[in-house]
Amino acid sequence: MEEWLMLIELSAFDLALAAILVLLLGVLSASMKLGITRQLYIAAARTTVQLLLVGLVLKSLFASTSMAFILIIAIIMISVAGWEILSRQKRKLKGWWGFGVSTGSLFVSSFLITLLCLFTIIQADPWYSPQYAIPLLGMLLGNTMTGIALGMDRLLQNAWQQRPVIEQRLMLGQTADESIADIKREAMRAGMIPIINSMAAAGLVSLPGMMTGQILAGAAPVEAVKYQILIMFMITAGTGLGVISVLWLISKRLFDERERLCFKRLLK
Amino acid sequence: MRLLNIKNLKFLHCGPVNLQVKATEITGLSGASGSGKSLFLRTLADLEAHEGDIVLDDLNQQSIPAHQWRQKVALLSAETSWWFDTVAEHFEVLSEKNLAALGFTKDCMQWSIARLSSGEKQRLGLLRLLQNEPEVLLLDEPTANLDKHNTQLFEEFVMQYLEEKSASAIWVGHDHEQLKRLSVNSYVMADGGMVNVD
Repeated sequence: MEEWLMLIELSAFDLALAAILVLLLGVLSASMKLGITRQLYIAAARTTVQLLLVGLVLKSLFASTSMAFILIIAIIMISVAGWEILSRQKRKLKGWWGFGVSTGSLFVSSFLITLLCLFTIIQADPWYSPQYAIPLLGMLLGNTMTGIALGMDRLLQNAWQQRPVIEQRLMLGQTADESIADIKREAMRAGMIPIINSMAAAGLVSLPGMMTGQILAGAAPVEAVKYQILIMFMITAGTGLGVISVLWLISKRLFDERERLCFKRLLK
Repeated sequence: MRLLNIKNLKFLHCGPVNLQVKATEITGLSGASGSGKSLFLRTLADLEAHEGDIVLDDLNQQSIPAHQWRQKVALLSAETSWWFDTVAEHFEVLSEKNLAALGFTKDCMQWSIARLSSGEKQRLGLLRLLQNEPEVLLLDEPTANLDKHNTQLFEEFVMQYLEEKSASAIWVGHDHEQLKRLSVNSYVMADGGMVNVD
């Protein structure tokens, strides 16, 4: 193996150095009363523990050939992502609606797209081969959940703040859809910005992780690039579908059958 | 003869309310703050949950989509909201005659919303609402922020509109002199019910 391909091992000290940066950010944020410190520390701790654990079992996971097992893993991944989306929201739908909307939209945006990709494009044998199915679903979920969380947050926040405007538009005889159309458009934009940024900057600003990893691991660059483009398009389609379904479901839920704004369906 | 017929209307803790509003007539409504006047108007525009019947001529409120009802039975709230940057963007049809009747010239269309006074908002809010040519006007303290001159313009303009379209209006306000002057019937809202004060 060529020398530049050799993996330089990270010591505990190296990681500690990076952790100190996150720690400092938390302190800075706390001293400026920006109120993100707790969330930041919890997320940093989680990423450490979760990655360590999954690193240990990934090999045996990839060796598994049981479809039921892979499906269970997929369901767990989707539920956790749905839960995380909900945790990022300042305002939520009451009851099971919040979790249902976020998880349902992830199902459409990530699970179905992953299936489509496995069956028609990758055509691995068997189709649920974990070394394709799990990372693919993971990348889709990881990216679409960001878009969905942003779109959902923007929609609910803006609807809440612009209540007088929505009601004014209803008074002027606009339909429920018309009265919230501008807010939905804003939310769609917010949800799609990250992936549009990624696509526009890919190769010029950022080197996508999967592609870089494959090339470093010795794959032919063109093959790695093809995979990366495939993933980007899948993520884009998934995010778009996911945000659209979230906006559709939530804006339906915000109005009753007489086109009245129903904020009592939101958590206080 | 056009008629808004309100039968056994119950909303929140109020009612039952029975009321008939005839074409070209103004019905006055006053009462203490928090007595439910605004809620009553919102209910007539189907913005609040309620029981009982609200019928315009032969048309029951619940028999058509809510947004169509609100085009016919239009509510001008005490505080109007504006969402575009300029006045003009809120208007599709513009009547210079109506503008002039309320003391505006066509230039006001270029004004930015941020510089409108509350009185200007109320008058322009009425003009915006009239684009739908509603058959019933629900006016919630419509002249609260207007000076004497503009109040008079506003009153005359509404009367003339009702005459022209044979529409009717419910006028909520605190100025008893004004309500007496304008309305055929005047009511006071108290303890969740409406009492005739003529």
